[in-house]
Order: sequence, then C-alpha cells, then structure tokens
Amino acid sequence: MTPRTPDHALEIIDLKKAFGGLVVTQDISLAIRQGERRLIIGPNGAGKTTLFNQISGDLRPNSGQIKLFGTDVTQFAAYKRAHFGLSRTYQIITLFPGDTLEHNVTLGLLGLRPSRWQMWRPLSFYGDLATEARRTLDAVGLLHLAEHQVSDIAYGEKRRVELAMALAQKPRVLLLDEPLAGLSNTERTQVKSLIASIPRETTVLMIEHDMDTALDLAETITLLNYGRVIVDGYRDAVIADERTREVYLGV
Amino acid sequence: MKWIGVALLAASFLLPPVFAGDYYINLASQILIAAIFALSLNLLVGFGGMTSLGHASYLGVAAYISALLTSRYGFGHGMAAIVSIAGTTTMAAFFGVIALRATGLGFLMITLALSQVLWGLAYRMSNLTNGDNGIAGLTRPAPFGISLDSPASFYWFALIVASFAFLMMATFVSSAFGSSLKGVRDQPRRMAALGFNPWLVRWITFIYAGFWGGVSGLLYVYYNKYIHPTSLSTTSSAEALLGVIAGGSATLGGPVVGAALVLLLKNYASAYIERWNMLLGLVFLFIVLVMPTGIVPALSRLTMGPRGGSR
Repeated sequence: MTPRTPDHALEIIDLKKAFGGLVVTQDISLAIRQGERRLIIGPNGAGKTTLFNQISGDLRPNSGQIKLFGTDVTQFAAYKRAHFGLSRTYQIITLFPGDTLEHNVTLGLLGLRPSRWQMWRPLSFYGDLATEARRTLDAVGLLHLAEHQVSDIAYGEKRRVELAMALAQKPRVLLLDEPLAGLSNTERTQVKSLIASIPRETTVLMIEHDMDTALDLAETITLLNYGRVIVDGYRDAVIADERTREVYLGV
Repeated sequence: MKWIGVALLAASFLLPPVFAGDYYINLASQILIAAIFALSLNLLVGFGGMTSLGHASYLGVAAYISALLTSRYGFGHGMAAIVSIAGTTTMAAFFGVIALRATGLGFLMITLALSQVLWGLAYRMSNLTNGDNGIAGLTRPAPFGISLDSPASFYWFALIVASFAFLMMATFVSSAFGSSLKGVRDQPRRMAALGFNPWLVRWITFIYAGFWGGVSGLLYVYYNKYIHPTSLSTTSSAEALLGVIAGGSATLGGPVVGAALVLLLKNYASAYIERWNMLLGLVFLFIVLVMPTGIVPALSRLTMGPRGGSR
C-alpha cells in the first residue's frame, strides 16, 4: 500500500465546493508535509469544517484533487480513506451514547480490521481489541470510566473519547475539528498535552479557535476566509502577517 | 433474573404438544413461523435501522417457488426447498441493491413498492400462480421419512427450525459484524470515517434477513398446504412490522412476543369480533403509549431496573 514515500502526507489542489450557489471553499491548495502540525484558523463560516469534510470524504468536492501520500483519493469513499490512514474527530460530538467507552473505542479499532466482517464470533472474542481500547482510554485519562456508558459521562470527557477513538486507529493523518471546544481550563491543559504527545509519524491538522492553546501546538498555520486561503505558512510569519490581524485576530 | 425468564419462555415452547389440543398445537406452530419471520424483519428494523414495509416478499416468494416446484414441476421437497431459499436470497440481493439507494422513509417506500409489484404479479399471472384462487393441494415434506402431517409432528419440526433460526440470528447480531451493524444504524457517518462500509454492512444484513424470511415462507407453505397472493401483501408485511415494534425492536425476544401477540389476537378476537383489525390497532396504540420501546424492553426494565434493557 505504500509504494513510495512522498514528502507530502496530504496535498490539496484547487479544491472547490459549492452548495447550490453558495461557494463554501474555492481555490484551496495546501501541501502538508509528513509529521507536520498544521493549524487551520478562520472566522465562523470560513469553510474550515467543510474543508475537513472533503478531506475525510464526508463531502465530495465539485472540483479539485485530494492526495494522500501521493495517491489521488478524491473519488474514494470515506471508509476507504480511513484504511489509507486517515482519521478524524468531529466538532459536534459523534459517539455511540448507549454503549460503553470501551465499546466506542473498540469500534474505532474494529473499523480497520478484517474481523469487522466476522459473523459468528462476538466482539468480546477479540480480547486484543479490548486491551488496545483500554490502553488508549488510559492514554486519554479515562480508563476509570471504561465501563460507563457515553451518555453518563461529562462533556469534556466525551471530547476525549472522540480523540481516543481516532488515536486508537494510529492514523497517518489525523484531522482534529475543534478538540478543545467547550473544555474547562484543566481539561484544556490535559487535551493539549495529549495532542502534543501524538507521535511524529502522525501528521496533524487541527481546526481550533482557542489561539492561546493551539498556537503552542502549531508549526504552520493556514488562515481561511470566505472559503479561500488568505495566509499560509510558518506560525510566526502568519501571526505577524497584516491580513491575519485584519481578518482573524481583530487587532 | 434474565435467564430465568428466558428459560421459562423456552420451556413454554415444549409444552403445547404435551397437554394442548390440536387447535392450540397448530396455533403454536403458526406462532413459531411468524416468530422466524418477525425475527428476520427485526434484523432490518431493529438492528439495522432499516424499516421495511415489504418483508412479506421473501415469505411469499419462497412459499410460491416451493409450491410451484412441488405441485407443477415434480420436484421433491428437498430440492424445491433449496431452490426456493436460493431464489429468495438472490432476490433479496437484487432488491437490496435497489432499496439501499435510499435510507429512512425512502427505503420504506421502495421496499413497499417492490413488494406491491410481486403481489400484483401473483394476482395477475394467473396462468402461473393461479391468481386469486391460490395454489392448493400441496403436501408437507417428510424429512428422514418422518411424516409431518399430524399437528404435533409439524410443531416439533417447526420448533427445531425456529430454534435454529433464533440461534443463528442471535449469533449474527451479537457478532463483531452485529456491532458494525448497530454502529451503522446509530452513526453511519462516524462508522464510515472509522473504516466501515455502511452500504455493504446494510446490504449483507438485507440479504441475511431475506434468507430467513424465505425460511419462514417455506414453513408457512408447509403448514398451510396452500398459498394465496395475500401472503405477499402489504397487510402481511405490516402485521409483522407491528409485531416487531410491539414486542420491542432491537431485542431478540421482542419479535417472538410480538408475533405471538398478533397471532393470538387474530385468532381469538376474530372469533368474536368481525373487525378484529380494530382491536389489533387499539392494542398497538396502548403499547405505543404505555411502553414505547415495546413489551420486552418494558418488562425487562420492570424486573431489572432502568438499566436492565438488553440491547
């Protein structure tokens, strides 16, 4: 599956998406190196999540290309991209509320294994999945809640389950859609160090509004506005840029 | 607690031939057949989130194929059963491709339309199906030379098949694939992002449900020794759906209880009231208002507290 190792983990070329007459992303071209930490910022409605949805395959672009490790995946369904090493979290929590935390994370593991088609053995047969799920829950500090239902835990904890589900897949490219949204200060610090500890093999793209926290994690920044890339480059250069101040930081 | 209930329920199935008269043994056989049918529908409705209003297609087509092959074309019961089940399952594969282009209400309408087409064909293609007269004069098979003509022997046969069907479907929904299915029901987008192919998961389930629908159809035609287009009708689909919802969808016991309820009402009430459908409607209304998740989940909550419902 990995014929060559191109420099770029993710390449986006002239991506355009419109809902009817409403253009939500256009002329977006990005090149993200392997292992890079890229922060995507922009005002509300700038097209950040729509961009993520196109990368993950939830939405098909009207035109343009998306390449993962040099392979054009523009026409790939979402599940195929997951098998290519892409994982994501959602801005709006998308978990299985009636199931335990362990089961939620186990589903993340199951999704990438052939045993997801297994029709006579129960999930509990695969002890290694449960062990792995618990290890991931431990990494996000939720092992003590492994047997609880998702509907019973606090919002900040659900955010971390979102993260655990994606991390369990050991993705090569990870899309984090506002992982810090709605968290308390303590939780913020926890999740921040969690994201900081993601291994370098994983390329991380993150949408985040909390600049104080997110800037520490970012190496490069892309600023979107009205569906276009306004500024794109190394962190300090983007922050210092006049247009960033104008559009986003509001200074 | 739960296992005591299950054991009692299972034991109750062994009783009819022991003390009941032929009428009740036959009623129990019909309940078993309806239970297999409802269980297969529940794979779609309860575990897959695919509400079908055309499941009678599988029961009816399997029954018609077996009836035609044995009465017209001189097939033995064994061969006819194999062809009938294979044909029904293949049909489910085709219908699945069409119906699964949609979800939710669209899916329901497509399944309804497809089953109406079959019902219409059964009515109109009278040179093949005998139309409104139905196909009569059928025989029951004699597996290993054992005649199934007496009510008790047929009941034992139906009980063996039903137990096996129950076991197979229970294994299916509690398997790793079953977890994929429930995940796709609850959060299809998330499941796709995790690497599951939602369409394929649904399609495989659709075929499996069609297979067991076909098995119930075989038993149905063996039991009645007669087949009529009404077995393919929307009423027949809707009755099963009613049973699944009343009993408790997404549970294994629900469809069995629901199917029994519908059949008992039908048999008892129709003896006293002409419009027994109205009574069925009232009972259904009562269930939906008092226990919206169905009889089985409501009972298990009563006996085991609010978290007791099995999923």
